[in-house]
Amino acid sequence: MALRVRDLTLGYDRHPAVHHLDLELAEGSLTAIVGPNGAGKSTFLKGVMGELPPLEGKIERGAARVAYLPQLSEVDRSFPLSVKAFVAMGLWHRTGAFGGLSRADLSRVGEALAAVGLTGFERRPISALSGGQVQRVMFARLLLQDADLILLDEPFTALDAKTAADLLAVVQRWHGEGRTVLAVLHDIEAVRRHFPETLLLAREKVAHGATDTVLTAENLFRARQMSEAFDDDANVCARPAEQPAKRGAA
Amino acid sequence: MSWLIDPFADFAFMQRALLGCLAISLGATPVGVFLLLRRMSLTGDAMAHAILPGAAVGYLVAGLNLGAMTIGGVAAGLVVAVLTGAVARFTALREDASLAAFYLISLALGVLLVSLKGSNVDLMHVLFGTVLALDDAALTLLCAIATVTLVALALVYRPLVLECADPRFLRSVSRWSGPVHFLFLGLVVLNLVAGFQALGTLMAVGIMILPAAAARFWATSIGGMLAVAACVAAISSVAGLLASYHAGLPSGPAIILAAGTLYLLSLVFGPSGSLAARFWPRAHLEA
Repeated sequence: MALRVRDLTLGYDRHPAVHHLDLELAEGSLTAIVGPNGAGKSTFLKGVMGELPPLEGKIERGAARVAYLPQLSEVDRSFPLSVKAFVAMGLWHRTGAFGGLSRADLSRVGEALAAVGLTGFERRPISALSGGQVQRVMFARLLLQDADLILLDEPFTALDAKTAADLLAVVQRWHGEGRTVLAVLHDIEAVRRHFPETLLLAREKVAHGATDTVLTAENLFRARQMSEAFDDDANVCARPAEQPAKRGAA
Repeated sequence: MSWLIDPFADFAFMQRALLGCLAISLGATPVGVFLLLRRMSLTGDAMAHAILPGAAVGYLVAGLNLGAMTIGGVAAGLVVAVLTGAVARFTALREDASLAAFYLISLALGVLLVSLKGSNVDLMHVLFGTVLALDDAALTLLCAIATVTLVALALVYRPLVLECADPRFLRSVSRWSGPVHFLFLGLVVLNLVAGFQALGTLMAVGIMILPAAAARFWATSIGGMLAVAACVAAISSVAGLLASYHAGLPSGPAIILAAGTLYLLSLVFGPSGSLAARFWPRAHLEA
């Protein structure tokens, strides 16, 4: 099991953004997270990364190494770093804070840049890259992270068709290598074509399973019905937490 | 050439001043470069004010005593740094607002303490430093702080660069984010205390930030910026001390003004992102 989530509630100021979510992701699965804006998709990924402590419930990560591409990255693109130096950060698990880059590491960096179509960009400062090129650089770094579980938050938004196709090929390569990939996406047609499994989220889990069975007209309608705004006068959630006795018996 | 060499050859106090300033140039400028790159240039200024009450307590306890004022200054700086960082990380207040709050409290406390005892002459010492009267202990301290700073920066270089360039990524792959931030603030405090022995609390920030700002117009890599900044600081030190010797100017401000002059020249004529590059662009390329 790459990821197991039990009765998970995540939120801000006690308002739930993800509400009582149960989910299990099999190792090697390729799953899209779909849902309206404000459905808790990004919040869920933050929770898995440990950036946001759960209000309730548990997250168990079976994967040894997790890589994460946030929707709003905090990359300071004016920082004077070359593409090569930036991408090489993905080798942190090999170098740690103090280790040097070996010749093999440098050739890995070259291979990762080639895989995202940026050969020849090694010495370019990251400040001189276009938006699409930055996303290619981020994928090259993800490649080097060699992670078992890869979380992508809207990885193809605002990209041209060629760039999106190239980066989708990288995602499919990860899937072929048996890595578990979980990606937040808005392009329903792309999800149907390329993602075998889907989690439809609208604060609560609407459906999870094979993409064909999840992305039905009825489910998508239900997802749209769920309200986006927090209710300032909401009562304390009275839904019973999982019974301790039941957990003990299992 | 004798005007260039003689003051340093003939007078021990000039040699000491030069050594002290070169030590600060090596230690403080890389810290300044990282402050600049993290958009924390004014943090150095705020920290310098935060150090004041510690130095004042040291002064109240032991008079113009290097050890007491150093320990007091470092302690006050670290307390403000840790409180600032902790508030920024655990509450809704951002780092800049949090630092402003604590350094203002600290500064008020410092002014109160200095005025409790202390004449105006002493206050001038604290504010403007005594680079022409550095004794052995002060020189040792300056060199030790420069050494510690360079070794520490070399050790944490990778996490520090990552914390500046992509902090969220650093948090996703390691637990270094917090430690490296606090370690860096510690280095800022140490170097301000070193700088204030020689240049005074107000001028110490100048030798940290001005060379770094000048370097931004010459270099496009971190390594290049670090090297240019150290050179700018060293040249400013020599030029400021010479101006101070020949024209009878106070040495601290003379050094900082020399650095300021180099900054303005870089701002206008530097090859990268300067006014010259903006208003007199060279012909564009084919691709």
